[in-house]
Amino acid sequence: MYFQDNFTAYKTIVIKEVLRFTRIWIQTLIPPAITMGLYFIIFGQLIGSQLSNINGYSYMDYIVPGLIIMSIITNSYANVVSSFYGTKFHHHIEELLVSPVANITIIAGYVSGGIVRGLTVGIIVTLVSLFFTKISIDSYIITFFIAFLTATLFSLAGLINAIFANSFDDISIVPTFVLTPLTYLGGVFYSIEMLPEFWRNVSLFNPVLYMVNGFRMGMLSVSDASLAQAIIIILIFIVLLTTICLWLLHKGIGIKK
Amino acid sequence: MNALEITQLTKTYKNGFSALKGIDLNVKEGNFFALLGPNGAGKSTVIGIICSLINKTSGNVFIQGIDLSKNPREAKHYLGVVPQEFNFNVFEPVEEILINQAGYYGVHRSQAIKRAEIYLKQLDLWGKRKEMARDLSGGMKRRLMIARALMHEPKILILDEPTAGVDIEIRRSMWAFLQQINEQGTTIILTTHYLEEAEQLCKNIAIIDQGRIIKNCTMNELLSELDSECIVLHLKTPLKHAPSLEGFSSCLIDNETLEVEIKQGQDINTLFAQLIQHNIKILNLRNKSNRLEQLFLRLVGTHKLPHTNGS
Repeated sequence: MYFQDNFTAYKTIVIKEVLRFTRIWIQTLIPPAITMGLYFIIFGQLIGSQLSNINGYSYMDYIVPGLIIMSIITNSYANVVSSFYGTKFHHHIEELLVSPVANITIIAGYVSGGIVRGLTVGIIVTLVSLFFTKISIDSYIITFFIAFLTATLFSLAGLINAIFANSFDDISIVPTFVLTPLTYLGGVFYSIEMLPEFWRNVSLFNPVLYMVNGFRMGMLSVSDASLAQAIIIILIFIVLLTTICLWLLHKGIGIKK
Repeated sequence: MNALEITQLTKTYKNGFSALKGIDLNVKEGNFFALLGPNGAGKSTVIGIICSLINKTSGNVFIQGIDLSKNPREAKHYLGVVPQEFNFNVFEPVEEILINQAGYYGVHRSQAIKRAEIYLKQLDLWGKRKEMARDLSGGMKRRLMIARALMHEPKILILDEPTAGVDIEIRRSMWAFLQQINEQGTTIILTTHYLEEAEQLCKNIAIIDQGRIIKNCTMNELLSELDSECIVLHLKTPLKHAPSLEGFSSCLIDNETLEVEIKQGQDINTLFAQLIQHNIKILNLRNKSNRLEQLFLRLVGTHKLPHTNGS
């Protein structure tokens, strides 16, 4: 009974979340397609045509996986942080708090919403990339698995940001000052093999590097990090962030007086 | 059995303000219970703790005999809440708000759709079911929150100022609806600043002031404490001076309005007999203020109660 009730609650939150971002598709699904289309034109075609191959792939082919995973990261994060902060701001978080929904169900529901948006945008960006290059996917399983784990991880990060946020400014600080630099320096546009040794070693501390390269491994079968290493690091972060989310909701930090 | 039992409940906020100073409160199953108090007395804090929106400092809350701290999920199933402020997603359609709320309590979507139809029709919102909540009027939003709170068919319904800002016609239709669900067995706990509302609807009452319960009894017991009432008489024939009425003190407000104080146990027929003797004809009469309002003001010792609605 307990599991069944929570599963119903989980489905309710997921349906609500998916309806939310599809209802405002012009704000949520179209902008990443346009932005990534511009990246493909400017970096892939205009600048990329002047560059030599990386690991045997043209520059356009090399950056496609990076740009797809970058859009998954930003959109899964943005979905949860804006939606959950919105529920706090408009006080309809109270609908969940007065109900018997378990904290893990709340987390699972919102994170699933973030994953669905992240993967939907990932598919849209992949379709856009087909206008510029012919994509070959080496392993569908690895590609999807890494995309799924990455979307999960950044949905959790978005949830933590939303729990702590006290204003709309607070939900843009982390994406601007943390997420974007980590993503751009995570090997989306280059291989770390191209960096001086010091910066190559520094880059290894960037968790986004492992997601970008894990995804690139799935699509192109080339990577700056081993697949096992990438999966383990992502899973460690997922467990860590889930634990933090559970603790924050249990304590009511940021959502209860 | 007690639907709600509160023992030694305290709440001290981070800034050191002590909102609740050890509250004990019992509400019996099937009761229509009024929790009254001036602004800042602690009513909303009590309700916030019962609804798990505010963390208590100490004490216990039992809902249908279940400890809210030890078994929150089971206890919450019995509780429906209509908060003071609108707290639904205004960008969602009315029907979706109800279906989602039911889903949080484990009610399947097919069942939730049926219930939504029942409550939307009962609360006269069926025609608005596809509209965004932001497009509803204030009264409709209040009724939407009542419908939402009933979607999982709770045993206890808590209403925090449910009729604030609602016109008298809608207010009375809401009263009739609440009385109906109370008669069907739902325990109702009501906070309101409309004391007429509490007097008409509630069987029991608790008055909270400065974080303490200062009165907890039946409505009849409380009203019987009122030792005098003031009635206002509208006269058919204008008077120049207040008449001398033996045993009653009276005061002429204007030459067509007379106020008379009637002490507990005094015979109102005697008053009318004297008025007839003075050849004073009465067009109509009314109570100067709501009886509960008089008692309330006396108990909390303040005359700063906003929104009082003396009739």
